Amino acid sequence: MNRAGERLVNGIIKENPTFVLTLGMCPTLAVTTSAINGLGMGLTTMVVLALSNVFISLLRHVIPDKVRIPAFIVIIASFVTVAQLLLQGFIPFLYDALGIYIPLIVVNCIILGRAEAYAYKNPVIPSLFDGIGMGLGFSVALTCIGAVRELLGAGEIFGVRVMPESYVPVSIFIMAPGAFFVLALLTAIQNKVKISGERRGRDMSRIQSGCSSDCLNCADTGCARRLYDDRAGSAPAAWAEQKTGPKEIAIEEIKEGKDNG
Amino acid sequence: MVKDLLVILIASSLVNNVVLSQFLGLCPFLGVSKKTNTAAGMGVAVIFVITLASAVAGAIYQYLLVPLDITYLQTIVFILVIAALVQFVEMFLKKFMQPLYQALGVYLPLITTNCAVLGVALTNVQKNYGILTGVVNGFATAVGFTVSIVILAGIREKMAYNDIPESFRGMPIVLVTAGLMAIAFCGFSGLL
Repeated sequence: MNRAGERLVNGIIKENPTFVLTLGMCPTLAVTTSAINGLGMGLTTMVVLALSNVFISLLRHVIPDKVRIPAFIVIIASFVTVAQLLLQGFIPFLYDALGIYIPLIVVNCIILGRAEAYAYKNPVIPSLFDGIGMGLGFSVALTCIGAVRELLGAGEIFGVRVMPESYVPVSIFIMAPGAFFVLALLTAIQNKVKISGERRGRDMSRIQSGCSSDCLNCADTGCARRLYDDRAGSAPAAWAEQKTGPKEIAIEEIKEGKDNG
Repeated sequence: MVKDLLVILIASSLVNNVVLSQFLGLCPFLGVSKKTNTAAGMGVAVIFVITLASAVAGAIYQYLLVPLDITYLQTIVFILVIAALVQFVEMFLKKFMQPLYQALGVYLPLITTNCAVLGVALTNVQKNYGILTGVVNGFATAVGFTVSIVILAGIREKMAYNDIPESFRGMPIVLVTAGLMAIAFCGFSGLL
């Protein structure tokens, strides 16, 4: 079970999907208006991620390599639908608060990236804990961002008033612009850590900012490569070989606009 | 009827801007906005794909899912239909409409299913829009995306000459810019 514990730590700290890899930004910005919404979204994503990881890992010898992405999508979308119906039935206030972002979990890069990078190549138990670890990392990040925004924007955390009565809430932080500002500060801190780490000669290539296209093309456009961890073999080399088609070169050309922090 | 469509047109393109107030399609918004030309090309491709996808998804919902009483499968069906549709459009353009393919082709694989495409299809269903209303909503949403990505690209072109603090270079300053644009777009909420 030591490996399981290692997967958990990896997901929460070393490869935290939000703070380190900066993936899955759409839900991160949209639902973190309060700590409870962030936590709800994080846990929902975690359940979907863990279950889809288990299923993809179970079916990894059955799914043909060429149609693996559509197969992953069908599996993930099924679990998202289950999660959506359960939330609607049992936690209606969360269902209303998260709204359209629940079905949009399907296109969250973290889930597809994890399926592609880990579950498709590893046994069931490590995949389960990998999903739980990554999901917990995502939940922790969303809850923290939500708590900061709620504290500044409403003077509360989890709906409990913590700021003194005289505090005037900066309500822009719970509105849309505040999300951009909080994420800007977060990536600035990330840059700072990265720059000072590189000065001390450490390898910081894992820390990057976001991805430039859509989430279903993770493997083609390079996001999934960051989700890949060192121990599991030769996939990065395989990806490098794949990147020779004219489509990939064209994508590279317009990605000159891409910015890696 | 026309008045309703006009209201949806303004609401979806400016007031509830898809990127700046709903955070959908953020990846291409941040990733492909370094040059105005590229941003405009991306914008046109997004308009094309979203309009088409909302028409197809709307039709499938109306004539397939509702009669069979399987609307709960909408997420699965929409995502597969959209992904297949974009692949098909790419092949079709390549074969029969070379000029358009040259203009849009490169961007199509980048937007196979960005969150905005699926988001519009789901919003149309959630708000009980018919097919025509859904198409107008999709078109307006995509126009909103194009407007904001072109503006951001323009600002970023100017900003390339500025002296930015080391930690804020790259993504952080772009996000600050997007935040300021979001504040500006909040001003549109008085329109309706």
